[in-house]
Amino acid sequence: MSLIVCQHLKKQYKTGVVAIHDLNLNIEKGEFCFVIGSTGCGKSTLIKMMYREERPTSGKIIVGGINVAKIRNSKVYKLRRKLGVVFQDYKLLNRLTAYENIAFALEVLGLPKDEIHNKVLKVLDLVGLKGKAKSYPHELSGGEQQRVAIARAIVNGPRILICDEPTGNLDKRTSMEIMEVLKEINKLGTTIIMVTHDTTIVNALKERTILLDNGRILKDYAKGTYKYESNKNIN
Amino acid sequence: MKAIRILTRSIRDSFKSVFRNFSLSLASISCIAITLIVVAISLILTYNVNNFTSKVERDVTIVAFLDTNIKEEGRQEILEKLKKMEGLQNITYESKTKIGEEMMNSSDIFKNIMKNWDESESPLQDTYLIKVENIKEIGSIAKRIENLPGVDIVKYGEGMVEQLVSLFDLVRKICYGMVIALIIVTAFLIANTIKITIFSRRREIDIMRLVGASNINIKIPFVFEGLILGVLGSIIPIITTTYGYTALYEKFHGQLFSSLITLIKPQPFVFQVSLVLLIIGILVGMFGSWRAVRKYLKI
Repeated sequence: MSLIVCQHLKKQYKTGVVAIHDLNLNIEKGEFCFVIGSTGCGKSTLIKMMYREERPTSGKIIVGGINVAKIRNSKVYKLRRKLGVVFQDYKLLNRLTAYENIAFALEVLGLPKDEIHNKVLKVLDLVGLKGKAKSYPHELSGGEQQRVAIARAIVNGPRILICDEPTGNLDKRTSMEIMEVLKEINKLGTTIIMVTHDTTIVNALKERTILLDNGRILKDYAKGTYKYESNKNIN
Repeated sequence: MKAIRILTRSIRDSFKSVFRNFSLSLASISCIAITLIVVAISLILTYNVNNFTSKVERDVTIVAFLDTNIKEEGRQEILEKLKKMEGLQNITYESKTKIGEEMMNSSDIFKNIMKNWDESESPLQDTYLIKVENIKEIGSIAKRIENLPGVDIVKYGEGMVEQLVSLFDLVRKICYGMVIALIIVTAFLIANTIKITIFSRRREIDIMRLVGASNINIKIPFVFEGLILGVLGSIIPIITTTYGYTALYEKFHGQLFSSLITLIKPQPFVFQVSLVLLIIGILVGMFGSWRAVRKYLKI
């Protein structure tokens, strides 16, 4: 069974703007999936609906077995515990160290201290930041901050990792380093959905790529079939 | 176990947060302190007004004048009937001889006139002094007493007592209304101040939501923080009330303007008011935080 299922998904904002039109999409367990498209094509809205930051107007969206369209506000946390989210602006708490930022995600879940310690060290190692545990966000480079954000997103062992332009603020080399980390996480079995503008990355990785245009899927490239030529659709 | 861990973490975080965001906390604490001082003043006023009006009401007495030629048996009969009557608190008998003596003792003029009277010439009447349980029923009770055989006339300051009672009722209602209105205003004022504090921390709330904290997990630290702010905010009003009222009481020797208006003794009154202030501070602080966080948990 697919891990993420969208059926006739539609999102219309109160202003009347329709961001997503009758969208059907299946993402399988363990997939790495890029979502690309020009600004305003609805890619951010699509993933926001996946982690229930937005509610769909109609249609169905099932993430990890949870019907996101029907989930109540007070139960959103149940969905969020099944997935990790990474943003362009990292969303780290500046007053906490890298270690504390990651541990924060487990503390709010009420995990015991020892377990938190072990998990945080493990995940810091995975993102290559073992030596920076005590550094505060302002002491870290953009790439390192994003690694902390990724570590925080995966520390709870989610089945899905949603990335909203995670390399948007980073230079090419650092972006590729981040992609290496994400690929590593994907290899461990986590399904990754990543929204990006960076065609170089998409072209280099040649993973499944969904091209959105005006809230509709223009093309769904299977793994290994994405071609750079199609980039004319991305501004 | 998990719940206890979350709770202890919440308490720890709320303490940290109060001191970490000290300038914002100070704004909330000052707001709570200032409004609670106003609440304290109105509470003290209300209780004192209440105390004064109750005291005046307690002093109102019905005087039942008995027929001039009434005998001992008649008096006893009236007493039995009064005892059976509902709504009476206290019945005291005063004989005309005693009243006469009191009058003679009170003034020389009376003494000169009254000293030559004998028992049959005296225009004075035996009386029963009656206090009622509820001042509002004084009129109907007086009427019932007047209808008893052997009772000549009944006096209780009719007209004036009713006016006094309705005036006191109004004053009390205004005072209570003021206190309640003030508490509500305080609650919203504090809620708004805390809302501003929390506005600056919505990123924290966003992140908490993102990593899968349930709404209640997010609310608890903020509600605790509200509690701490409430406690800290009520310290100054409590000190002001305790020392301020005691000093005021001592300065006026427990009376205001005349001996008719006596102030409530500071102890245990100031402690009761302090406790009320602390409870208001805590509840309002918690309510304010809860309301403010709730706003950011809606999507």
